[in-house]
This record gives sequence, structure tokens and C-alpha cells, in this order.
Amino acid sequence: MATRGGFFKFDRNNQQKLGFALLSLVALLTILPIIVILSMLVFKGGSAISWEFISGFPYDGMREGGILPAIIGTFYLTIGTAIFSVPLGVASAIYLSEYAKDSLLTRIIRLAIINLSGIPSVVYGLFGLGLFVLFLKFGTSILSASLTLSIMTLPVIISTSEEALRAVPQSFRTVSISLGATKWQTIRRIVLPEALPGIITGIILGLERAAGETAPILFTGAAFFLPNLPTTFFDATMALPYHLFVISTQIPEMPIRIQFGTALVLITFVLGMNLLATVVRSRARAKRQW
Amino acid sequence: MKATANINEFIITRLIKLSGYSAILFVSLIFFFLIREGVPTLAEVPLDVLFSSRWYPIEDYYGIVPLISGSVIITIGATLIAVPMGVGTAVFISEVAPRWAREILKPLVELLGGLPSVVIGFLGILSFTPAIRVALNLPTGLTALAGSLLLAIVALPTVVSVAEDALDTVPRSYREGAWALGATQWQTIWRVTLPAARSGVLTAVMLGIGRAIGETIIVMMVTGNAPVLANKISSIISPVRTMTATIAAEMGEVANGSVHYHTLFFIGMMLFIISLIVNITASAVVFRSQKRAEKVLS
Repeated sequence: MATRGGFFKFDRNNQQKLGFALLSLVALLTILPIIVILSMLVFKGGSAISWEFISGFPYDGMREGGILPAIIGTFYLTIGTAIFSVPLGVASAIYLSEYAKDSLLTRIIRLAIINLSGIPSVVYGLFGLGLFVLFLKFGTSILSASLTLSIMTLPVIISTSEEALRAVPQSFRTVSISLGATKWQTIRRIVLPEALPGIITGIILGLERAAGETAPILFTGAAFFLPNLPTTFFDATMALPYHLFVISTQIPEMPIRIQFGTALVLITFVLGMNLLATVVRSRARAKRQW
Repeated sequence: MKATANINEFIITRLIKLSGYSAILFVSLIFFFLIREGVPTLAEVPLDVLFSSRWYPIEDYYGIVPLISGSVIITIGATLIAVPMGVGTAVFISEVAPRWAREILKPLVELLGGLPSVVIGFLGILSFTPAIRVALNLPTGLTALAGSLLLAIVALPTVVSVAEDALDTVPRSYREGAWALGATQWQTIWRVTLPAARSGVLTAVMLGIGRAIGETIIVMMVTGNAPVLANKISSIISPVRTMTATIAAEMGEVANGSVHYHTLFFIGMMLFIISLIVNITASAVVFRSQKRAEKVLS
């Protein structure tokens, strides 16, 4: 076929070889960051991890001691986020998958969900400050931060849950209705249990994102340093992502060991949830009979 | 007994429907609060000050142009890197890679997408910006370039997964048709598969841009946060400040209800509108192509 001058025949087979080589190089470059990041964190952060680090309070301007309050704080925030976003998100997904007709309203709802998922995280922070902290007077608290994170998490939970609900074959519903079950009974007893693993996967993925976010909690609930653990939902709290931000930008002469240790604990928390989601998903797939 | 069951069913159905509308409620609430706290700026700051190139709130200079320019230059940089790499990776995963390579690549890309941005920012200031400073012989490595490169990492997983989905929806018969006509795999990818997936790939690009422009913590950590006008090519190797980083850095210190506070909300409102435009465009592209597909099929 078409040949060009030069050192070698640039025919279309060589073109393809060259192209594929280039593509694999690009793909390799894409995954390079995650490999580099993970190995750096494991190699340099591993030595910082000890029982004292996990279970102790920071002292000496956070240059010594552990990160317990930040771990507990992120745990509280994740739970708080789940309390608000899971019922609302799953119910919303049920509406979209089981009740909504293809109407203008439904299309507006879908557009709203897409937009929610695209709003920058710092704008959620502003919104949380305006509504929860100031207007509703919840103050900078676990409550305000959790509510802010919930709304941010909502689109992830809705879209993954809806997908899981839609994957349940239509015939399951038809049979249940024909046996005299009501629509809600059908959803409650047939559709939801079948879709549960998919829904749980979606919830975990949503919460994983919430647990790692810094910007939305900056002015809604995160504290620079607290000598005690929070006791109520109206207290501010330390959190792992914000703590990592603080000790890597705000504190001079911060020991690098503690920075790496904190980063390692954070990604263990987040990627652990990711792994859990993957396990739930693949176990459900293996068990599924339809 | 039957009556209570009916009432239960009625209440639950109502609750589910109400939750269904919640997304609309939240988008409206967010927009409402941004307007409520942001629009007063227009009355408090003269327009020529607001759209000037000096951001120095302590002395009442609220020029947002440098912040916009910072966001724009970093987003352009990130897009220029993330789009070709992301689309290339998506093509590789969906069209070229053998099964085993796909099984390794896909979870790794997903993992990258799940990484908290503060971790990327932390490693950025620790090892990436010093490397840039040494390599380019600059006074500081905290530059727009560092921001662009790291934001590309953030945008990549989005671009890859959406573009890959788009490529997956191209019917196999399209490819088979091209092969039957004697096209190589490579020619098929560029002349048949990618053009057929065009709208989905465009959506991927838009969503990637959306990710980059909205990212906060990374740019706050690695771009030096200097609110100077980025209007030259060389701005890419100088410190800049983005809209998002300005909000995050200054909101904690302002008095509620002050001019500065209102201006930060005004910037948030602009970000909200930008993300609205990006997302509506991205989904409009998808809707339009769905319609076209329906027409072809019917």
C-alpha cells in the first residue's frame, strides 16, 4: 500500500505497530502515578506506623505523638455522612428506577444529579457554611460537616444504586405483582434484596470519597488541633485529610515521618473501603443466578 | 389490617417520591445560598474594581481577574495533558490491550480516581515541586506547571473511564465492517471507532475539565498562591492562584457578612455557574447522540 520515503517502509502495518506501542506507553504513563504514590507511601510511611501513632494524641505542636483524634474524627464524619446520605440516596434511586416515568420532571431530576456531582468541593464547603453553620446555627461541627459531605456524596449513591436496581430483571417484578404483592412489597421483598450488593458497593464508593475530602470540611467542621476527642455532634473535629493538609503546609519543621505515616493511614482507610466495595461486588456477581 | 398496610404503602410511596426530588432541592438550595451571600458584592464593590487585576483584600482591592486567569491557565495545562493521555489509555484498554493487561489497568485507574487529593498534594509539595524547581532552574517549584501536571493526574481517571464507556458502546459490527473492507485495527480505531464514539469522548473531555477547574486542595498546596495576572506563556512557570484556592485559603479568616466574605461567595457562585455549564454541555452532548441513535434505529 502507500509507502513513504525514509529509512524504512512506513506502510500501514508498521504504522499500526508504532501506534500500538505509543498507546501502551501512554497507558503505562497513566498508571505510573498511582504506582509511584502507593509505593512511596508504603515504603516511607510504613516505619511511622506504630501502636502509639495510631492510638496516641499529637503533642509538641503535632510534631510528636499520634493521630488518634484525626482517625476518630474521620470515622465520625464518615458515619455521619452515611446516616444522612444513605436513606435519602437509596430512596431517591428507588424513585428513579421504580416510580419515575420518562417525563420532563424526571429529566430535570437527572440533570440536577449530574450537576450535583460536578459542583466543586470547595463550593459545597461554602454552601455548608452558609446553610448549616450560619443560617441553621449548627456551628462548625461534625453535624454541619456531615450534612455537607452527605449532599456531596448523594449523586454517587443515587446513580450506583439506581444502576443496581435497574439490573434486577423486570420479570422478578412482574411475577411478584401477579402473585398479589403491592408495589412497595415487591420493592421491599424482591427488588431491594437482589440489588443490595450493588447498592452497598455504591454506598461504600460514595463514603470513600467523603472520607478523603478536605475542602468541604475546611469551614464546616474541621479543627486544626483539639486536645480532646469530640463528645457530641455539635463539636468540631480533627480529620485525617485536613490533618495531612495542616501538617504538610502549615507547620514548619514537621518531621517527614509523621507526614508519611498520616498519609499512609488515610489511604489505607480510603483504599480499604475501595477494596471492600470490590469484594462485595465480585462476591455478589459470583453468587448471582440471573 | 389491610387499611394500615395501605396507609403504610401510601406514606412510603410519598417519602420515596419526595426523596426523588431531593436532588433538585439541593441544587436550588446551593444556588440560592451562593446568590444570597455572593450577589451583595455587586453592590459593595465597584465593577471596575471587581474586574481589575489586583487582588489584595486587606486594602479593599477585590480584582478577580488574576484568580480567573490562574484557574484558566492551570485547567488548560491539565486538559492538554489529561485529554490525549486519557483518550489514548481508554483506546488502549478497550481496543488494543490483551485481557490480562486490561485486568491490571482498569483497577489501577480506578484506584487513582479514589485517591484523596490531599495525598497527591502532599507528595506534590514534598517531591514534585522541588524537582520542577531544580529541573527548570526556577526560584520556586510552586508554579502553575506543578498544578497542571498534578491536576492532570486527578482528571485522568474521569477521562479514561467515561471515554472507555463511550468506546464500549460502539457496536462490534462497525469494527467488523471496517476490517472486512481491509482496514487495519489501527485505521479502524481512528476512522471508525473513535468517530462513532465522538460524543461520549467529548463528554469525557468536558467532565475532565470540570474536575480540573473545581479541584481545590492540590492547587492550594502546589501553585504558590500568588494572585498575579497569568497572561503570558511564561506564567506557566510562575506561581499563580486559582479561584478555588482563594476561597479555601481566605474563607476561614474573614468576618461573616463582610465585603471580603461576600466576594468569596461571589467567586463560588461563578464556579457553580461554570460547573453548571460544563455539566449541562456534557450531558446535552450525550442526549443529542442518544436521539440520533434512536432515529437511526427506528
